[in-house]
Amino acid sequence: MQTKRTIFPNKLLPYLLLAPQLAVTLIFFIWPAVQAVKSSFEREDPFGFKTTFIWFDNYKRLFADPTYLNSVGKTAVFAVSVTLLAMSVSLLLAVSVNRVLRTNRVYTTLLVWPYAVAPVVVGILWWFMFNPSIGIAPYLLRGLGINWNHRIDGSHAMLLVIIAASWKQISYNFLFFVAGLQSVPQSLTEAAAIDGAGPFKRFWTIVFPLLSPTTFFLLIVNINYAMFDTFGIIDATTSGGPAQATNILVYKVYADGFLGLNIGSSAAQSVVLMLIVIALTAIQFRYIERRVQY
Amino acid sequence: MVENRPLLSFLTHLVLIVGVVIVVFPVYLAFVASTHGNGDFLSGLVPLLPGPNLIENYRLMLTEGISTAGAPPLWIMLGNSLVIAIIIAVGKIAISLLSAYAIVFFKFPFRLLAFWIIFITLMLPVEVRIIPTFKVVADLGLLNSYVGLTLPLIASATATFLFRQFFLTIPDELMEAARVDGAGPLKFFRDILLPLSRTNIAALFVILFIYGWVQYLWPLLVTTDSRYYTVVMGIKRLAATADGEPQWHLVMAAVMLAMLPPVLVVIFMQRLFVKGLVETEK
Repeated sequence: MQTKRTIFPNKLLPYLLLAPQLAVTLIFFIWPAVQAVKSSFEREDPFGFKTTFIWFDNYKRLFADPTYLNSVGKTAVFAVSVTLLAMSVSLLLAVSVNRVLRTNRVYTTLLVWPYAVAPVVVGILWWFMFNPSIGIAPYLLRGLGINWNHRIDGSHAMLLVIIAASWKQISYNFLFFVAGLQSVPQSLTEAAAIDGAGPFKRFWTIVFPLLSPTTFFLLIVNINYAMFDTFGIIDATTSGGPAQATNILVYKVYADGFLGLNIGSSAAQSVVLMLIVIALTAIQFRYIERRVQY
Repeated sequence: MVENRPLLSFLTHLVLIVGVVIVVFPVYLAFVASTHGNGDFLSGLVPLLPGPNLIENYRLMLTEGISTAGAPPLWIMLGNSLVIAIIIAVGKIAISLLSAYAIVFFKFPFRLLAFWIIFITLMLPVEVRIIPTFKVVADLGLLNSYVGLTLPLIASATATFLFRQFFLTIPDELMEAARVDGAGPLKFFRDILLPLSRTNIAALFVILFIYGWVQYLWPLLVTTDSRYYTVVMGIKRLAATADGEPQWHLVMAAVMLAMLPPVLVVIFMQRLFVKGLVETEK
C-alpha cells in the first residue's frame, strides 16, 4: 500500500491516532456482524433461556420459505425498475442541461435538492399524492378509468414505491452524469458534426460510449441504493404490504427481527444481505482499478 | 453547442421544464396542504392553491406539536436533529482525519490490517446488521441518549478514503521541509495538514450533515423517550395515526420544516455539496 517517501518515526502515535476509528468499528460494526453470523447458526427457545447450534437449518428453512423467495423476487423487480427509471430520466435531464448554455445553473439548482430529502419524507410526499381518498393522482387516474388503490392492489403499491424511490435518486445520478458529460472532449463531437453526424447520432456513437464508466458506476450505486437505502420509503408508504407485495429484503429483516422477533431467521437474512453488499462493493472496486476505457 | 437547431433547443428546454415540474410538484403539493385548515381535505380532493392557515399551522406544530399522536413540539425534534447531524458530521470527519493521517504518514506493524478493518465498514450498512448492533447499544446502556444515537453511525470508510487520497497528493517536500524546521508530527498535522484540508473538510461536512439529518431507522430503534426524537422519525409517528386519516395540514407543515434545513444547505452550498458528493464516491 502507498505511503509517503519520508515518514514520521514515532512508534506509538499512529496507534493512538487510529484508536478512535478502530474502536468504533470493532464495537459497532465487526462485533455485531460476528454476532449476526453466529446467531444465524443457532436457534433460540421461545423463552430465550437456551440456544442450540443447528448448523445451516436457518438458511435451509429460509430458502424453502415461499415468503422469503417472494421477497427476493420483489427486491429484484424493485431494484431493476428503480435503477432503470432513475438512470434514464437523469441521463435525459443531464444531456439537456449540458446543451443549455446560459440557464444551466438555474436548472441544476432546481434539480439537485431532492438529494437532501429523507427517504421517509419522500415516502410521505408520494403517499400523500397517491392517497386513494384525497390524493390528486388517483383523482386524475379515475378520469382515465383506473381505480388506483395501493392499499389493496399489490402492483399499484409496487409502482408507487418504484416512482417514489426513483424520484429521490434522480438528483444524485443527474450530478454524476453532468460531471461525466463535461469530461467528454468537445473536439470529438465537433469533428463528428463536421463529418455530418446529427445530434442523436453523435450522442449514441460518441457521447454515450464515452460515458460508460459513469454509467457503470451509477448502475452499481443505484442497485445498492434501491436494495438498502429505501427502507424509509417502504416504511412510510406501504410497510411491505399489501400481502407482501412490496416486502423487499431489507424491510423483511427488520420486520422479522423486530416485529416478528424471529432472531435466527432474521440473522440468516442479515448474513445473506451482507454477502450481497460485499459482492456489490467488490464489483465496484474492481471497476475502479480497471475502468471501461477507449 | 456545435450547431444551431432551434427545434432541438426548444425540446431541450421542454424536457428540463418537465423535469423540474416533476421534481418540484410533490413538495409544492405538501406546501399547499400545509397552508390549509383541517376541513379543507374532507371534500375529497387536495386543494391546488395555498390557503390562509400558513402561520397558524406552523406555529402550532413548532410550539405545541400534536399531543394525541405522541409527538412533542417540533422545535425540540428539530433541535435534536441538528445536534445529531452535527455530532455525526464532526465526529466522522475528526476520526477519519486522524486515521487517514496515521495510515499515510506512518509505517507500523498491522497497518494493512487496520486499513482493511476500516474498509469493511463499507460493507456493513446499519440496515443489514440492525439487531446485533441494537443489542450492543442496549447492553452498553446507550438507548435514549445522544451517544447511542450517533456513535454507531460515526465510523466511516468513505471519509477516511477521501482524506487518504488527498494526503497522498500532498508533496513530500512539504513534510521534509517541516521536519527540517523541527516540526513534530502533531505540529505538522495542526499547522500544515489541517489548513490544506479545509475545502475537503467543508465539502465532506455538507454531505455528512445531510447523512446525519436523514437517518431514520436507527433513531427509530434506539429512542423511546420523546425528548430524543429526531424530526424525521417524528413525522412518521405523526402520519401513522391509528384511527382514520392523519391531520394532513399539520403533518405537511412538519414535513416542510423537516425538509427545509438540509435542502437549504444543498442550495446555498451547492459548490461544496457537488464537490463532496463526487469526491467521496471516487
